[in-house]
Amino acid sequence: MAARTPVSSSVERPPLLTPRLEERLLLALRYALLISLLAVFIGPFLWMVSISFRGAENVYDLNLIPKNPTLSNYVEVFRAFPLGHAFLNSILVTTITVSLNLLLCSLAAYPLARFEFFGKRIIFLLILSTLMIPFQLYMIPLFVLTLKLSLADTLAGIILPWSVGAFGIYLLKQHYQTIPDSLEEAARIDGAGEVAIWWRIMMPLTKPALAALAVFIFVQNWSDFLWPLIIINSEERYTLPIAVAKMSGAFIDKTQYMAAGSVLAALPVIVFFFLAQRRFIGGLTLGAVKG
Amino acid sequence: MKSSESKRRRTLLAYAFLLPTLLVLGLFHFFPMLQAFGVSLMTYTPGSPRNEFVGLANYTRLVHDPAFWAALKNSVLYLLCVPVVIGLSLALAILVEPQIPFISFFRACYYVPVVTMMVVVAYAWSLIFNTDYGAINQGLIKFGLIEQGIPWMTSPKMALWSVMSVTVWKGLGYYMVMFLVALKAVPKELVEAARIDGARRWQVFRNVTLPAVWPIITLTAVISAISAVKVFEEIYMMTRGKADTSTLVFEIYITGIDMEQGSGLEMGYASAMGVVLFVLVLVLSIFSIRSMDRMYTS
Repeated sequence: MAARTPVSSSVERPPLLTPRLEERLLLALRYALLISLLAVFIGPFLWMVSISFRGAENVYDLNLIPKNPTLSNYVEVFRAFPLGHAFLNSILVTTITVSLNLLLCSLAAYPLARFEFFGKRIIFLLILSTLMIPFQLYMIPLFVLTLKLSLADTLAGIILPWSVGAFGIYLLKQHYQTIPDSLEEAARIDGAGEVAIWWRIMMPLTKPALAALAVFIFVQNWSDFLWPLIIINSEERYTLPIAVAKMSGAFIDKTQYMAAGSVLAALPVIVFFFLAQRRFIGGLTLGAVKG
Repeated sequence: MKSSESKRRRTLLAYAFLLPTLLVLGLFHFFPMLQAFGVSLMTYTPGSPRNEFVGLANYTRLVHDPAFWAALKNSVLYLLCVPVVIGLSLALAILVEPQIPFISFFRACYYVPVVTMMVVVAYAWSLIFNTDYGAINQGLIKFGLIEQGIPWMTSPKMALWSVMSVTVWKGLGYYMVMFLVALKAVPKELVEAARIDGARRWQVFRNVTLPAVWPIITLTAVISAISAVKVFEEIYMMTRGKADTSTLVFEIYITGIDMEQGSGLEMGYASAMGVVLFVLVLVLSIFSIRSMDRMYTS
């Protein structure tokens, strides 16, 4: 703002602010903006958390600190809705999906990165092509297929179609390609079999990529909504996002229950996030390639 | 002789390693993908004995279906999120770029919406937007700016914009991080040299920063455009497609799958809408890849 006036002006006027003062003012302004933006990004959540601790009489008060705070909503929501089931289901589905992805993507990525074989290029292109095609195009035939395979309304039906993914394969392939050949050669001279070379030597070397992939799949799966919504019917097989959606219909006049349920559903990932921020942001930014 | 033997063994092993992936992708992705095109040419309801081939009838029905056009219009309108998200997240990245005390705390807080499930985000915002007791209307009434609550989510004039603002809000942190990485690559000496030469902040931004982050801007445009046409959860949670907020994916869901609405599971017709979505995504991808190519070659 107090940038030097161009050379054309004949008299050098003394600047209104010294550069030091200007810097300080800008810094103060920056912090003011940073703090007010907290309200924008965290405010909606804080209000919901606050509502989850209120009695029925003052649910919608604008005050963030509730009068007569109570924990009863957290108890009641479990009594009124099978939220416990939903928690177990989500933990089960997410854990199995992440594990399967780590294993199957590693298995597929390894030969694509390090072997020469007939059909390699075509297979890799086929795998990548799934990234370009929106799942919403074929979710209906996929649903019919799960009906035929008796996978509809089961947790296995939620998991299996997403047990491996092109993005994970692509990511791990990149990592396998960076491992020097000498390591593999040395193991082979020591008489290790091909599978042992992969499992004991090569895969452990991709650990950072596996960790990032795990975070990515975890967050994506924990929040996944459309596919479980399509194939799950029974209350006892709801995952958390489905449970939250169904509750919002069931508890229209019990906003405080619904708020408590939502807080519980969202909390695990947010806690994990604050414990391992770098991992998280790294893992999710990877998704940029996926879109 | 020996080497060809080991080559064959490795080929076999490669296919063994790839087998589970090929099975999953083939069965659960490629097979239904091809079916989707076929089903879009049929009247199809599972279990019904009368699933017959009808040629392009589903597509001609689309052309005359006002609900489809409304959904398509909304999906295209949703693309307006793209420039807004890019502008705001770039500004946010510039705000949190300097390494000043507590900055990683602020960055993390702005990122919280990204890691929170959309269903919860949409619910939290539907509390804020509620006409009768939402935080916004309560606040506006308190300050005497309005007398009656504004129907943010129920008026057809406003509902789509309200939902779009939630989509934008949830994505900002994500794109902020991408721009943060890009900003690190802006040559510091160049910025300093320009400042010493008397360039204004705006000029430095225009001529140094912007060209440096341009590749990320186009990448962000692609990602956010494709996810904008696939939007579903916030529509489902906040409006259920009422108040003129149905989008393509929502329309596919209620015509083809939603049992609660009892709409008769018209899977063939819904698949035809799916094909339209596919074409839209394809056009967006090709368009964006083209524009990126042009950028890199120029």
